[in-house]
Amino acid sequence: MSKIYDVAIIGAGPAGLASGLYGARAKMDVVILEKGATGGQIVTTDEVANYPGGIHEATGPTLVARMVEQCDEFGATIMKMGVKEVNFENKIKELTLDDGSILKAKTVIIATGAKPRKAGAPGEDELTGKGVSYCATCDADFFTDMEVYCIGGGDTAVEEAIYLTKFASKVTIVHRRDELRAAKSIREKAFNNEKIDFIWDSVIKEINGDGIVEQMILTNKKTGEDMVIDAPEEFGTFGIFVFIGFIPNTDLFTDKIDLDRGYIVTDNDMKTNIEGVFAAGDVRVKSLRQVVTATADGAIAAVQAEHYISNNY
Amino acid sequence: MQILDKDTFEAEVINAKGYILVDYFSDGCEPCKALMPAVEDLSVEFEGKVKFYKLNTTKARRLAISQRVMGLPTILLYKDGVKVDELTKDDATKENIKEMIEKVL
Repeated sequence: MSKIYDVAIIGAGPAGLASGLYGARAKMDVVILEKGATGGQIVTTDEVANYPGGIHEATGPTLVARMVEQCDEFGATIMKMGVKEVNFENKIKELTLDDGSILKAKTVIIATGAKPRKAGAPGEDELTGKGVSYCATCDADFFTDMEVYCIGGGDTAVEEAIYLTKFASKVTIVHRRDELRAAKSIREKAFNNEKIDFIWDSVIKEINGDGIVEQMILTNKKTGEDMVIDAPEEFGTFGIFVFIGFIPNTDLFTDKIDLDRGYIVTDNDMKTNIEGVFAAGDVRVKSLRQVVTATADGAIAAVQAEHYISNNY
Repeated sequence: MQILDKDTFEAEVINAKGYILVDYFSDGCEPCKALMPAVEDLSVEFEGKVKFYKLNTTKARRLAISQRVMGLPTILLYKDGVKVDELTKDDATKENIKEMIEKVL
């Protein structure tokens, strides 16, 4: 008979790693499954200043590295493997992995997080990695001395616009409203930054270019007028960084678990509508999606998983 | 996997014969670091059929842009110095890279 884990955690971001740490520390047999980079979305952040008690001058990668270390110390295994399918119908949960094998577990903690939302403009997909980006730390240095447009008005958009000013000659924030939604402290930093300019009430209509971004057309939502932005001759291109929110990674769970607008519904103990299946972090319905709330979710989910196992096995 | 730079690129890729794969990465790119071991594995699997290189774009920005690479990670496949296929960002997974190579071999 194949091995049955106590806890299978899907996703190795802060929520999954915290679950792994708490689960392993409680002497459960824990596996964390991760299809991509360990650490989730926070690894693309170069400054994490608001994680209480976090390491000095923490970046996303350094914070995650410490979480991984803690998982190792307590014996949670991180397996670099994606999950193709889940079966939650029986008491023992089954996960079909990318290599076709089936992993069995008494409990599952879903910590698959969210991914950046696309603007949905024609040309966006074709020109991703060709001037269109969703990751400033990945791609900012290509745009050294060039012009960059940052789409969105929330915390992420404005913080990333500020980060991009370290590279770009000019950063223009394009927002669909006439004021930023970002927190006041972040807003003020942006307003005081000489390199940052604003285009209000506007959204992307289309992105054009032959293998590289050459033109972007914006539409002003109030006036209905289009604004055509062409690449300056010097570089022949410019950057478009899109930060307009997130969509949860829940394709695996459609029709298998209760979702609300794509996010997993849980109670305060991270329990989903299925016994033995929990959710933690950005993937669930909640009001604040931060590392600190993700790790808290992870801890609660792991402790609840332990309770569930001791009551049911 | 051998390391390329802006001085060796032309000789090793553009003027080279056969299939060449280049993994474009940079120091600050975490998804690139996560992908690299998978590309290393594939370089062993396809040894003798495809030559694998990695190129740090932080030190070769203009070169990367000349190859239409402005986002990372990006994997380009060349044949006789001409780009034949590419994968970027979320599409750059081990499975997709393998598929891209097998399609042309």
